[in-house]
Amino acid sequence: MALESAETKIVPGALDPAAIDEPEDEVFEKRRIGVLAWIGIGWLGLVVLIAILAPLLPIKSPTLGDYVHPQAGMFTPGHILGSDDSGRDVLSRVIWGARASLLISLGSIAFGTLIGGLLGLIAGFKGGVTDTVLSAFFNIFLAFPQLVLALTLVSVLAPVKNSGGASSGEWAHRILVVILAVGIVSVPLLGRITRASAISWSQREFVMAARAQGATNRRVMFREVLPNVMPAMLSIALLGVAIVLVLEGALAVFGVSIQEPDPSWGNMIYSQLSNLNSAPTVWIVPSVLIFVSVLALNYLGDVVRARFDVRESAL
Amino acid sequence: MSRRKRAAAPGTERFADAPLDGSLLEIEDVKTQFKTPRGLVHAVDGVSFTLERGKTIGIVGESGCGKSVLSRSIMGLLPSNVVRYGSIRFEGHEIGNATGNEMRPFWGTQMAIVFQDAMTALNPVMRIGNQLMESLRFHFDVTKEYAEETALALLTSVGIPEAERRLHEYPHQLSGGMRQRVMIAIALACGPKLLFADEPTTALDVTVQAQILDLLQQQQRERFMAMVLVTHDLGVVAGRTDDIAVMYAGRIVERAPTRSLFEHTRHPYTEALLKSIPKLAQPSHSKLDAIAGRPPDLVKPPRGCKFAARCPYAQAKCITDEPPLVDPDIPGHAFRCFFPVGSQAGADALTRNLAAGETATGLPVRKDGEVVLTGSTV
Repeated sequence: MALESAETKIVPGALDPAAIDEPEDEVFEKRRIGVLAWIGIGWLGLVVLIAILAPLLPIKSPTLGDYVHPQAGMFTPGHILGSDDSGRDVLSRVIWGARASLLISLGSIAFGTLIGGLLGLIAGFKGGVTDTVLSAFFNIFLAFPQLVLALTLVSVLAPVKNSGGASSGEWAHRILVVILAVGIVSVPLLGRITRASAISWSQREFVMAARAQGATNRRVMFREVLPNVMPAMLSIALLGVAIVLVLEGALAVFGVSIQEPDPSWGNMIYSQLSNLNSAPTVWIVPSVLIFVSVLALNYLGDVVRARFDVRESAL
Repeated sequence: MSRRKRAAAPGTERFADAPLDGSLLEIEDVKTQFKTPRGLVHAVDGVSFTLERGKTIGIVGESGCGKSVLSRSIMGLLPSNVVRYGSIRFEGHEIGNATGNEMRPFWGTQMAIVFQDAMTALNPVMRIGNQLMESLRFHFDVTKEYAEETALALLTSVGIPEAERRLHEYPHQLSGGMRQRVMIAIALACGPKLLFADEPTTALDVTVQAQILDLLQQQQRERFMAMVLVTHDLGVVAGRTDDIAVMYAGRIVERAPTRSLFEHTRHPYTEALLKSIPKLAQPSHSKLDAIAGRPPDLVKPPRGCKFAARCPYAQAKCITDEPPLVDPDIPGHAFRCFFPVGSQAGADALTRNLAAGETATGLPVRKDGEVVLTGSTV
C-alpha cells in the first residue's frame, strides 16, 4: 500500500487525470508525525497550561509552610505529592516552579534563536570578512564552559542579595537576568548551527536564480535562505529548551537561579540536597518533570527536523 | 515598501530612454579568470560577439569550455574570486565590470536566465505562485491581485495545465518538464530583453527537451526578445538560432550564421562535434566518434591553437602560433584555424598527417581522417 501511494502521490503525472483528482490532504498523509510525538506535544502543552493557570488552580500557596506536616510523604491528605522540610506543598511548588523554569528556558532560547539565528544567517549568507568576524565571536563564546559563562553573567548582571523574602518585582527581575544570561550563552550555539545551514543553502542555485531576477541581498536572505534554514534552527531550539531546563537546575545548585522561597524546578532539587532521604518526593517530583520534559523536547526536536526537512531527494 | 519603491525607481527611469537602435548586446574581448590555489583559470579568454534585438545566438562547446561562465559573465553573476577584463555593452551601457549592486536594475527586467536544473533553481519551500510573483512585486510596484493575475497568465502561456492549481503547489509536486516551464515563466515575468538559457534541456527527459526548446523559441519570438542559448549539443541549436558560436578552451573557435556553420563547417573542432552526434542511418552497435583526449588545462593553456593536441589536421605551425578569428572566404563566418575544413590547406594538412600516420602533435590518425582511439577509451 505504501508503494502504491508513493507512486500516485510523489510523482504527480501532470497530465494524468487520476493524479490531478487526488484529494490535496492525502499528499501529506505519509508525513504524519506519529503517536509518540503527539504524547510529547500533549505533555508539554499540559505543563505550559498548568504553569499559565497556576494562580487560578485550587492549590496551596507555594511559599507558605505547613508546620504541622513537614516532610510529608506521597499521597498524604492535603499534600498529594508530599511537602518539604518547611511543610510547603510539593504539588503547588512544582506548578509555580514550572512558571519560572519554563519562562527561563523558553525565554532564553527565544532570545538566543533571535540573536544567534540572525547573526548566523548573516554570517552564513555574506561569508567573507563578516563570517570570519562573527564565527570568531561564536568560537570565543563557545570556548567558555556554558555553566561557568552563565554563572558569571548572572552574577555580574545581578548579584544575589540576602534580603530574605522576595517581592514579585524581584522575582521578575531575577527571571529576566537569568533569561538574559542563559540567552547570551545560547547565542553562539544557535548561531553556529544557523550559520552552517545558511552556508549550504546560500550556495544553492535558487539563491543565484533569485539574485538573477534582481532580488536584493536582504530579500534573498530572508525570503529564500531563511525559510530553508528554519527547520534546523527550530530543531536545535527545541533541544536548547531541554538543555536550559537542566542548566537552570545547575544554576540553582550554585544559588544564582530563582531565590528561595520562590520555587523553580532547579532550586526545589537543590533545597533538599541536605536531606535527600528524609523527603525524597521534594527532589524526585521536579526531577521526573525535568526528565520527561527533556525527553519530550528532544524527541520533538527530531520530529521537527524530519517533518520539515524538504529534501528534493526524499520527495 | 517605500524602500523598495525608491530602489526600483532609478532603474526604471534609466531604461525609459534606452536607445531602440543599435545592438542589444556587444561584447568585446571578454576575459573571465578565476583565482584558485592552482593558479589563474582562464575560463573565458577573449570572446567577442554582437547580438541584435530579437535575435538568438547559440553557444556550443563541451564541458568546461567556458560557455556557462561566458553567460554568467555577461549577467554579472560571478563568484568573488573572479578577475574580469574586456567590454560588455548592453544597450550602450558598459557593464563589463559592474558590481552586483550596479547590475541589480538589469537583472530580471533587462536580462534573465533559465538554469539547467529547475529542481535546484526553484526554492523548495516556496509555492510556485509566490516564486513567480516575487520579482514582479519588487520590480514593479504592483498589487498582490495584479501580480497573481500576471503569474497565472505566465503559467498558462508557458503551457502549464491547470495553472491556477499549480500556483499553490511546491516545486517537488511538479514533473521535471513542468519545473523547467515554471523556471522559464519566472525568467520571463519581468519582460527581459535578453534571455540566457543555460543548458535548459540537459537535465530533462529526451521526450520533453523538444517541447521546452519550442517553448523558448516561441516565447522569444512573441516577445521579440534576444536569447543566448548555451548548450553542449549542436542538435539543440540547429535550426533554432540565428548564429552559433562554438567555444573551445574559453575561446570562440568558429562563429557563423547557423546555416553556414552546418553547411560550410570550417573548424576541425566543429567538425568533430558534428561527427560525434550519433546518426540514425548508422547501423546499430557502430562505434561513436568521440573526440580523443581532453580539453587543455585552463590554468596553463597551450601556446598555439588550443585544439591542436586533439586535431587530426594539426601541423607544426599549430603548436607554435595561435590562429586569429577571421572570416576569409564567407563574410560573417569566422573561424580560428590555419588549415580549415573544406579548404585546400586543410585537405593538404590531412593528407600529410595521413602519410605520416600521426599529426604534428603526435596524435595517431586513421586512413579516413578519423582519430584512432587508443587505450582504455575504446
